[in-house]
Amino acid sequence: MNGVFYLSAIIGILATLMVVTRLNAVHALLYLIVSFFSVAVIFFVLGAPFVAALEIIIYAGAIMVLFVFVIMMLNLGSKSTKQEGVLLQPRSWLGPSVLSGILILEIIYLMAYSGSSPISSPAEIAPKQIGMALFGPYAIGVELASMLLLAGLVGAYHIGSRRLLDSSSKRGDKE
Amino acid sequence: MGEPIRSIIVLAAIFVGVLATAAGLIWLERRLLGLWQDRYGPNRAGPFGSLQVVADMIKIFTKEDWIPPFADKPVFIIAPSIIVVTTILSFAIIPFGPGIQIANLNIGLLFFLAMSSLSVYSVALAGWASDNKYSLLGGLRAAAQMLGYEVFMGLSLTGVIILAGSFNLSDIVNAQRKMWFFIPQFPGFLIFLIAGLAETRRIPFDLPEAENELVAGYHTEYSGMKFGMFFVGEYMGVTLISALIATLFFGGWMGPLLPPPLWMIIKTFVFICFFILIRATLPRLRYDQLISFGWKLMLPLALLNIVVTGAVAIAIN
Repeated sequence: MNGVFYLSAIIGILATLMVVTRLNAVHALLYLIVSFFSVAVIFFVLGAPFVAALEIIIYAGAIMVLFVFVIMMLNLGSKSTKQEGVLLQPRSWLGPSVLSGILILEIIYLMAYSGSSPISSPAEIAPKQIGMALFGPYAIGVELASMLLLAGLVGAYHIGSRRLLDSSSKRGDKE
Repeated sequence: MGEPIRSIIVLAAIFVGVLATAAGLIWLERRLLGLWQDRYGPNRAGPFGSLQVVADMIKIFTKEDWIPPFADKPVFIIAPSIIVVTTILSFAIIPFGPGIQIANLNIGLLFFLAMSSLSVYSVALAGWASDNKYSLLGGLRAAAQMLGYEVFMGLSLTGVIILAGSFNLSDIVNAQRKMWFFIPQFPGFLIFLIAGLAETRRIPFDLPEAENELVAGYHTEYSGMKFGMFFVGEYMGVTLISALIATLFFGGWMGPLLPPPLWMIIKTFVFICFFILIRATLPRLRYDQLISFGWKLMLPLALLNIVVTGAVAIAIN
C-alpha cells in the first residue's frame, strides 16, 4: 500500500507541475484532471473510498467538465498559446518558486521530525459512517454549504434571466 | 491457488463477453431496425447477414486512419479511448451471478457514476481537438447534455440505495429477493432509463451527432478504428446501461430454473432490444427541448422520488 501511495503522490506532483507550466489551457486542464485522479487514489489508499469516489464524480467529472466547457466555448487557439508564452517568462517564476520552496522545506522538516508515517490508520470508512457524521455533528456545515449553493444558483438564474429580458425588450424596440 | 485462477477466468469471460456483445450489436441493431421499420437490413453476408460484423470490422480496420493537420494531435488520439476505457471499467462492478463479479466494491454504484461522468470527456475533447465548427458544436452539446442528465441519473438511483441500504451491487441484488425494485421504484426506473438513453447519446437524445445539422458532430473528423472506438463505445454503453437496469431494478441474476448468469444475460438483452426499439420509433428532440426536459421535469421528479421513498422508508422502520 505504501508503494501505491508514493507512486500516486509522485504522479500527482508531476501532473500539477505540468498544469502550471502548460501554455495551452485545455492541456493544463487535462493534467489537472490527472492530478485529481492521483488524489482520489491517495484517498482510497488512506481508507476513504467514499471520498475517493466523490473526488472523481464532483471534481474530475463535474467541475472540470464545466471548466473544459467554458474553455472550449472561448475557442482560444494558437494565438492565446503564444500570448501565454510571452507572459510565462522565467523572471515571473522566481517569486512563487522561492515562497513555495520555503513551504516544501517546512513540510519536509515536519515529516522528518514528527515521526509519524504518512499512512497511520488505513482502516476503511464506510459511506454510512460518513453520512452519520455529516447529518449528525456536522449538520450545520451541510446546511450552510447548501445555503451557499442555493445563493449561487439564484444569482446565476438572476443574471441569466436579466440578459434574456434585455434582449427581448431590444427586439421589441426594433419592431 | 484456485481463487486467483477463478477470478482471472471471470475477468476474461466478462471482458470477452462485453466486447463480443458490443460487436454483435452492430448486426443486431441493424437487423432489428429493419424488422421494426419494415425493411430488410443487412441480410447478405452469412446466414441472416450475421457475418456483417466481420465485414464491418475488416472495413474499419483497413480504412485510412487520418489525423487532420489542424487537429490537436495528442488530445485527438486520446479522446476515443476514454469512452471505451471508462465503459469497460464500469463492467467490473456488475454481478453476473452469485460471486461472479470482478470487483465487489463497497462503493460500486458510485464507481459507475464516476466512470460515466468521466466518459463526457471523450466526446467533449474529441469535438474540441478536431478544431472544426461542427465538431466543436457537437462536443459542446454533448458536454451540456451529459452533465445535465448525469445529475438526475445519480438522483434516480438514490431510491434504490435507500431500499437496499447499500452502494454495493451484490447487496442490491440480494435485497430484491422478495420484490424486484422496479415495483416500488417505478419512477426511479423510468428516470434512470431516460438518463441512460441520454448518457449513451442514442436517439431521441443523439443531438451531439445530429447528422442533418452537424455533419456527424464530434466524430466528423474521425476515421478508421478511432471512429470505430466511438462506435463500439456507444454499443458498450448501451450494454452497460441495460445490464445496470437489470441489476438495479429487475433482480439481477435472480430467476427460477435457469442458471443465474443466463438470467442476467437474458434480462440485459431484453433491455438492449428495448433501446433499439426506441431508436426505431422516436424522432430526435430539439436541443432546447432536451435541456429544459432534463432540468425542469426530470430533475424535480427525481428529487420528489427521493423524498417520497425516504418518507416511506422511515415510516416503515
